[in-house]
Parts: sequence; structure tokens; C-alpha cells
Amino acid sequence: MKRVNRSKLGDLFAKIAEAEALYLPVDAPEGARYEKWAPGKKLSNATNTVRSAKDFFFPQTERLYDVKRSGKTLEIEPPETETESFVLFGVRACDVRSFKILDSVFLADPVDTFYKNRRERATVVALACDRPEETCFCGAFGIDAAAPEGDVSAWFEGDFLYLKAQSEKGEALLAKLGDLLEDADEKDVETQQMRTRWMLSALPLGKVSFEGMKKTDLMDHFKNEKWRSLSEACLGCGTCTFVCPTCQCYDVKEFDDGRKIRKFRCWDSCMYSDFTLMAHGNSRNSQLERFRQRFMHKLVYHPNNHDGEFGCVGCGRCLQKCPIGMNIVKVEKALEATHE
Amino acid sequence: MQDRMIARAKELLENGTVDRVMGWKKGEFIYDVTPAVFYTADELEKDFVMNAFTAANVSKYLIAETKKPGRILAFLKPCDSYSFRQLMNEHRVDRDNVYIVGIPSWGKADMEKIRALGITGITDITEKDGDLLVTTVMRETHAVKKYDVYLEKCKNCKSKRIVVYDELLDGENGEDVPNNRFDEVAKIEAMPPDERFAFWRGELSRCIRCNACRNVCPACSCEKCVFDNPKSGVENKAPADDFEENLFHIIRAYHVAGRCTDCGECSRVCPQHIPLHLLNRKFIKDMNELYGDYQAGETEQVRHPVTNYRDDDAEPGIVYTRGGSGR
Amino acid sequence: MQVRNEPWKPLIVAFCCNWCSYAGADLAGTNRLNYPADVKIIRVPCSCRVNPLFILRAFQRGADGVIVCGCHPGDCHYTSGNYYARRRMTLLFSMLDYLGIEKGRTRVEWVSAAEGQKFAETMNSFVETIVSLGENKRLEDLRCKTE
Repeated sequence: MKRVNRSKLGDLFAKIAEAEALYLPVDAPEGARYEKWAPGKKLSNATNTVRSAKDFFFPQTERLYDVKRSGKTLEIEPPETETESFVLFGVRACDVRSFKILDSVFLADPVDTFYKNRRERATVVALACDRPEETCFCGAFGIDAAAPEGDVSAWFEGDFLYLKAQSEKGEALLAKLGDLLEDADEKDVETQQMRTRWMLSALPLGKVSFEGMKKTDLMDHFKNEKWRSLSEACLGCGTCTFVCPTCQCYDVKEFDDGRKIRKFRCWDSCMYSDFTLMAHGNSRNSQLERFRQRFMHKLVYHPNNHDGEFGCVGCGRCLQKCPIGMNIVKVEKALEATHE
Repeated sequence: MQDRMIARAKELLENGTVDRVMGWKKGEFIYDVTPAVFYTADELEKDFVMNAFTAANVSKYLIAETKKPGRILAFLKPCDSYSFRQLMNEHRVDRDNVYIVGIPSWGKADMEKIRALGITGITDITEKDGDLLVTTVMRETHAVKKYDVYLEKCKNCKSKRIVVYDELLDGENGEDVPNNRFDEVAKIEAMPPDERFAFWRGELSRCIRCNACRNVCPACSCEKCVFDNPKSGVENKAPADDFEENLFHIIRAYHVAGRCTDCGECSRVCPQHIPLHLLNRKFIKDMNELYGDYQAGETEQVRHPVTNYRDDDAEPGIVYTRGGSGR
Repeated sequence: MQVRNEPWKPLIVAFCCNWCSYAGADLAGTNRLNYPADVKIIRVPCSCRVNPLFILRAFQRGADGVIVCGCHPGDCHYTSGNYYARRRMTLLFSMLDYLGIEKGRTRVEWVSAAEGQKFAETMNSFVETIVSLGENKRLEDLRCKTE
């Protein structure tokens, strides 16, 4: 365990940024968002960013390749492979766990090389929470907000930022920071950890559990009558999907710029009427089916396919942002109440 | 007010005036209320809620609800009633299938603004005499003035008048409210073009194309949006480029010009806090200045400024010659 | 973005009403009146056919200026199309101005079938305006501009 005085935070960031690009949450008109660090930029105090950290590995739009016609041949231009390595500072425990969930999709065979490339180049410095929000329920998924996973775990306590390497990448990063850091005792952050854990359990969603979902058969969940009332107010917008750290669906589209065809992929939302649109039409024609798909995916299909791991990390973004106040906790409670 | 609403709803259910009730349903917290349809007195007792956070405009839901058999009771706030009236003018709702009880609204609070005060670990929020008492897990209590955390649409409320109803919960109607809702538009108009451009790039570049602004909008009632139609040539799921951000928002605002009642839902729901109402209000301000004062939804008027004309309308060049933008 | 090798030349899109200005352009041609070849004419059945989306799409595809030409007020082949177009374009231009797009990149002119002279003059002056404004940067789609 190492530590650095808060007054030297700017120096610390400068030192990291010397070698690699550094991204961290800063205050913005919409709340907090990740930005590339530059002298003068200050770390946000917000509990979490509005958009999740998945953007770094799975950006909203991404170029796949371009196709150009010259004479009778087609030329395919692959995108340039990004080579810059970067440090993500201040990722919360929930978002760190979301990377694992994304990994289980993008790094499974066939490996998504775009995603893999970015994942390998990133060093994640995870920041422990000390001011959880009422919408937080990461504990339901076994995530400890007071002891985040990541290449380096970090805590702000008193006048210091405490840093602890958790992987080789993390150790390499701390080694580079050299004499900016001083040795510290793990006991220094224990009080804070206990307080955070207590706060999380005392908050309104502190006792939420999703485990009961697993007791019921997939088809029983699917056929549950409650989907009708749960989905009736859904506007079919993509807010929940786009702020979600674990939503991973995308569409592959092309743009004809008049000279060439640009193939790109972009986030898609299962809430949209044109999601998985095929030549024959759409496979889910009503908002009920689309709504059900999103929650079935996170709470039933994902755990079924990935050793019981839910496709949710309890970051609470959808609870804060849904225009009509519908969210995964309400869905879970309604579904479980049916089978009590 | 909640109790009176529930009582009246139960009466109307019982005497057969309506067979269901459109309202707002309790959530996990005080603020995550969901528009919902209630069928029985028990459901109303259990879950019907009216509080400082029931801001959602239910008029849009009535497009689908009034197509169903039976008659639905709808509680409309003044701003919701403007949207409903406009939908009536467009023949998008069936007036006969809805029984409207007009309810007053003194402004709704914005949870995002409460969070922006830096209060975290909220365990409870209660209403007391126009104030909100926010209790946190650390047992602190913050008194927040409701006015300070009003939604933008409530801060610049244009009217407390309910424009269409079968009865009024309070027995009397409100009045139009003097407001400064065009001040911010005028402020942007007064900026030099470069600054205006930079301002809007800063705002619109945050767009994530979640379509919440479009989907919540009562005026956006097309069965299939041009931006969802792969054959339209402008369909796109992501703001892949600066141009597309501009395109989407200009066209979205344009498509509702003349029909937008300025209910402010677009800005309320934007997860990225883009002041979308400033685009709609620009159109409203221009129409007022060039074609005479007009408030969508206020009266039974089918033609609005964009579907109407006069022989002596100003030429388009006026935009460039009237000095500054809009003045 | 690649640097262009050739000097910049403006691209102007002119939406011309079939019943007046399109014929006006014809007349300008038969009268051998000059106007720059940078103007690309798109024939529409009425100025009212011009959807605000068309204007934005023209800019996306690389136009530096867009002009809509219709019949003089009162002379619309369909009685009132140009009156609607007038309001629509006024509101659109005002919105573009509000967003900080340069004034003058868009214009509406009423040109009758008999006004070949006016057509050429209008186009000459519009091209001049666009040349003085320079390339369209604020409403461009970068994807359509790179080589």
C-alpha cells in the first residue's frame, strides 16, 4: 500500500500523463464525465459518471472498415489499429465489475479484436466509494464498493490518496510514479471501508437481492403476467441501455459518403423498434417484448449462460435516468413477488 | 391533494363514468414515479401517488389509451392539458373516451438538481410547506426550497390554466402566468455567431441519441419516425458525427414547430442535460414575432403558423436583416 | 482530413420550381446569360416541396450554399405552395442562424419563367456571397468531405 498527499494530486496526474494518456471523471454540465487529463483539470467528486466507463472499450461508434470501388475491383481499407496505452483513473467498483461482464461476451470465442486491443492497453485505477447514493445496489452482486477490483485500487482518506496495486499492470504503474509515493498502512483505510459498507447496507436498496430470480424457471419468468404492467409506461427510448455499463448490443451499419462505403458499428438498444430488424421485419413487435428482452437478458439469460453472473452491477444509473422511473429493481421485486 | 384525487377516482370508477384511471404509480423512492393505469380502488389506495415529482406528462399515453374500449379517467396538470388539447386538434386522441379532471400544479422538483446540491446517501425525502426535507444515511437533514430545485419547465411556467377538462378538482381554474421563458433564447440570439455556434456545439455534442426527447414528446406522435426508417436516408442510431447531432435536433424541433406546447418534457428527460427546450422556444418566439402570438394547444384551432400563411408575410431574408438574430 | 490539391470552388445547390425558376434558368440559357457552373439545379414541382431536411442534406453532402427559387407570391401554380415555403424557410433560416451557421448560406428568391435575366443575376450574386463566406465548415459532415 502506498499513499500520496492530496495536494500533490496534480503532480501525480502529470506524472501518469507523461507516459500514457490519462482519463478521469471531471465535472461537466450533465454531471461527471470522463475526459482526458490536462493540467488544470480536476477530478470530480461525483459518486459516478453519467455515462459509464464502458465507452473506453466499447465506444458508441466505431469504424470497422471502408470499401472503395476502383474500376471493377473493390478495395477494403481496414481501420488503423490504435496503439496508445492509457490509464483510466477513478473507475468505481461497479464499473470495474462491468468490464468483467463485457469480457465474458467480447473476449469469448470469437474474440472481438477491437475490444481486446483496447482492454489490453488500459490500466484501470479503481476508486473506492465513500459517498454512495440511494440508487446504489452493487452489494446485491457481491461487489464491494469499499474494496474495488482493478489494476490499482485507490481510496481517498483524510489528506491522502491511498493506492494499492492489484495486478502486474498496476504494479508497473505505481513503479513509474516512484518517489511521489510513500509507504502506507492498509489499516488507514479500514475505518472508511467499514463506514462505506455500513452506509450501503443502510441505504434504501441495501437489502435488495437478485438471487431469488434463479429459483424460478426461465419460461415462468418469460410468461409472467407482470411484464404487461411493468412495460406499459415504457417510452421505448434508449436511455437505460446507453447509460448502462453492461449493455453490449450493437448494430453494424454503413454510411455512403459518396465516394466510399463506411462500415461502422454503433450501440443499439433492445428498446428500439428497429432493433435486430431483418428482411422479414422485426422479431419483437411490441414494447412489452422489447422491455422483457432487456430485463430477461440481464437477470435470466446472462446468469444462465455465465455461471450465475447477472448482467447488472447495481450502479444505479438507470434508476436515476429513466424518464418514467421504471428500473431493474422494480422489475426484480415485481417478478419475485409473483413466485413468493 | 393525493387523497382527494384517489377519492374522486374511486367515485368515478364506482359510478361507472370511467373504467380505469391514468395516474402516477409509487416507486422505490419518492421521485421515481411511473405513469400507470389503475383499474381498481385497491390499486389506487395502494399505489396512486401525487407529489412534488409527478412531473411526467401523461397526455402522450392517452393517444393509445383512448383507442382502447371503455373510458379512462385522466388527471391533467395545466401543461398536460395543453398537450392534450393540441393532440385533440390533430385528431390523435378520442376526446369521448377520456374523462378529464383538471388538477392544479405548483411546480415539480427535479431530482437531478437535488443531487447537484451535493447531497448523497439519501434515505428519504418528504414535503413540508413547499420545502423538501432530505434525510441522508448519515442522519443529516437538508431543507431544500422547492423553487430552487424546480424543473426548468416549472421555473418558466407559462400557465396554470387547464384548457380542457370535464371537471376541476379544485372547482376553479388557474390563470396564465407572466413568465420570462424567452429570455434565455434572447440571450443566445444576442451572442455573436461564433459564440452561438460554440454554445450549441458544446450542448449538442453531449447527445447520445437515446431518443428520450423524441419518445417522451406528446407532439412526436408519428407511428414511425423518419429517423427510425432505414429507407429515409437519414436514419441513424448513433450520433456518429457532429452533423448528425445537428440534423437530428434541428429536424426534431422543426417537426414539432407550431404543435409544441412548450411542456418542457424534452429537457426534463435528457440524461445529458441538453437544454432542448431552447430549440423549441426559438421556433415559438420566431412564430410569435413574425406571424402573431400563438400558443399551441390553447384553443380549438387546427391551423398553426407553419400550416398557415398570409399574403403579406415577411420574406425569408428578414432573418438576416432584422438586426442580430431575432431582434 | 486530407489537404485539397485544387483551389476551393463553391458548390451551390439551387432548388428550382418546375413552373417558374426552372424555366427561368432555361431562358437564361437560351438568352446566353452567364452564371457560374458551380450552381447545381434540382428541379422540384413547387418550392413548397423543399423539406427542411433537403436543405440540411445538401449541406451534409458538401453544399456551401443552398438557394430555393419559387414563383412570385400570388403566382404559385398550386395557388399557395410558395406561401407555405416562405414561412418554412424563414423559420429554418432563423434556426440555422440561431445555431451559429453563417447568415447568407441559405436564400429564397422568387423568379418567374420570364425572368431569365433575374435568374442569372440572382445566381451570380448568390455565388459571390458564398465565395465571400468561404467553405461551409459549420454544417459539414466530415465523412463526406475527406478523400
